[in-house]
Amino acid sequence: MKLFDYARADSPEAAARDGALANVKFIAGGTNLLDLMKLQVETPEKLVDISRLALNEVEETEAGGLRIGALVPNADLAAHPKVTAGYPVLSRALLAGASGQLRNKASTGGNLLQRTRCYYFYDPASACNKRDPGSGCPAKEGFNRIHAILGTSDQCIATHPSDMAVAMRALDAVIVTLKPDGDKRRISIHDFYRLPGDTPDKETVLEPGELITHVELPAPPRGRQLYRKVRDRASYAFALVSVAGVIAVEDGKIASAALAFGGLGPMPWRNVDVEDALVGKVPGTAAFEAAADALLADAKGYGGNDFKIPLVRRTLIACLRDLTEGTA
Amino acid sequence: MQFTINGTVHEADIDVRTSLLDLLREHLGLTGSKKGCDHGQCGACTVLVNGRRINSCLTLAVMHQDDEITTIEGIGTPDELAPLQAAFVKHDGFQCGYCTPGQICSATGMLDEVKKGWPSHVSEALDGQVDLTDTEISERMSGNLCRCSAYPNIVAAIREAAGLAPVEHEVVGEDA
Repeated sequence: MKLFDYARADSPEAAARDGALANVKFIAGGTNLLDLMKLQVETPEKLVDISRLALNEVEETEAGGLRIGALVPNADLAAHPKVTAGYPVLSRALLAGASGQLRNKASTGGNLLQRTRCYYFYDPASACNKRDPGSGCPAKEGFNRIHAILGTSDQCIATHPSDMAVAMRALDAVIVTLKPDGDKRRISIHDFYRLPGDTPDKETVLEPGELITHVELPAPPRGRQLYRKVRDRASYAFALVSVAGVIAVEDGKIASAALAFGGLGPMPWRNVDVEDALVGKVPGTAAFEAAADALLADAKGYGGNDFKIPLVRRTLIACLRDLTEGTA
Repeated sequence: MQFTINGTVHEADIDVRTSLLDLLREHLGLTGSKKGCDHGQCGACTVLVNGRRINSCLTLAVMHQDDEITTIEGIGTPDELAPLQAAFVKHDGFQCGYCTPGQICSATGMLDEVKKGWPSHVSEALDGQVDLTDTEISERMSGNLCRCSAYPNIVAAIREAAGLAPVEHEVVGEDA
């Protein structure tokens, strides 16, 4: 690990000011950052320790939603009674991720900012446009079993690894930040992540020093919720594909649908066309196939990950069946 | 810097890069916690920080100056084994033993999580009492790998330490 300076922040404002300097990283749980620093994929000159800031509460908002402190550990969020009762898709997504030890440490804000597990990104001896812009993307013609089939570019085909963020996207979460100048900003999760394009090193719209302080959820959505994760082993593995779904059926027709996907793209994936193919329709194979067609219209495999295209089709249809069965 | 480990305050002059695991092993001689992968994938380094199980390899010692750290050395002694340790011996919950301190620390934290009613990926219901089945134990302990694959005996040991009845496994085979 490269040497760095370390400072413990005493307030979010001070952290954001410190974080605005070049090559400074915030550290909270550290479970991803330190892993990357050991490999010298990340080489910050300074770490600002935000782990003692008072951002670890889960509170109800006036709108009947939840305001989740950025430092709430994944384990606590998954087990929080307001989350298990109103947002089971979020509890399920969190519990499907990582291990008990990691969930005890990993923070809500940090989980949103997890880096990809692309093998080439993790190997500093390899080229990687995300780690070293302009150096190339060996994944496109290399080992790409875990890589993206949607939203890729010539520069990068990496996936976003989070389960939690997939559920957050289905739930229309809002990310609340504090900027170095003291301004607060509310960013919809739908605008938070960037497609790789020609700058795969820039993954979010966060500006230098901008600190995530909270994540807000709107009031619990109506209908049934589900998170299904398909992976290579039964536990403690990243998703090959995952589906976060929230669907309400009224009078025998789908009244509302929110569907987000993990393992498919460079960000937790959501495509309104998928939901449009379902809303107003009678639940059944025709509507479910149409939703899968909409999701996969622009899907592109790179060889090793071609299997994800039929896999996510089947997974989505199975989820839609579970989300609507017995509601008619 | 000062660290409180197993109820004792220790002083150490360390580089900021030092992981909590390296502090324990290399600076304080507490070599019970093991280094397997050093990347949070194997669980051999599991310790308790303020009662919660974490991977000590994936955290900086400098971040834990105000915390209560418990390692395997603080859980039991050869003369006075903790219930989990005694159960691991009784059920032969190891072969080489390298993962065992991490398994015991992890199981200690895990049983506390069960007491708090925390659900897991395999729990049918998200709230209320956890029925600590073997499937639940396996899922909750998935962050601790055992290269010798003593998993069935580890599960049996944890069952016993949790005060649960042993499971009668069906014997399969022609001579059963």
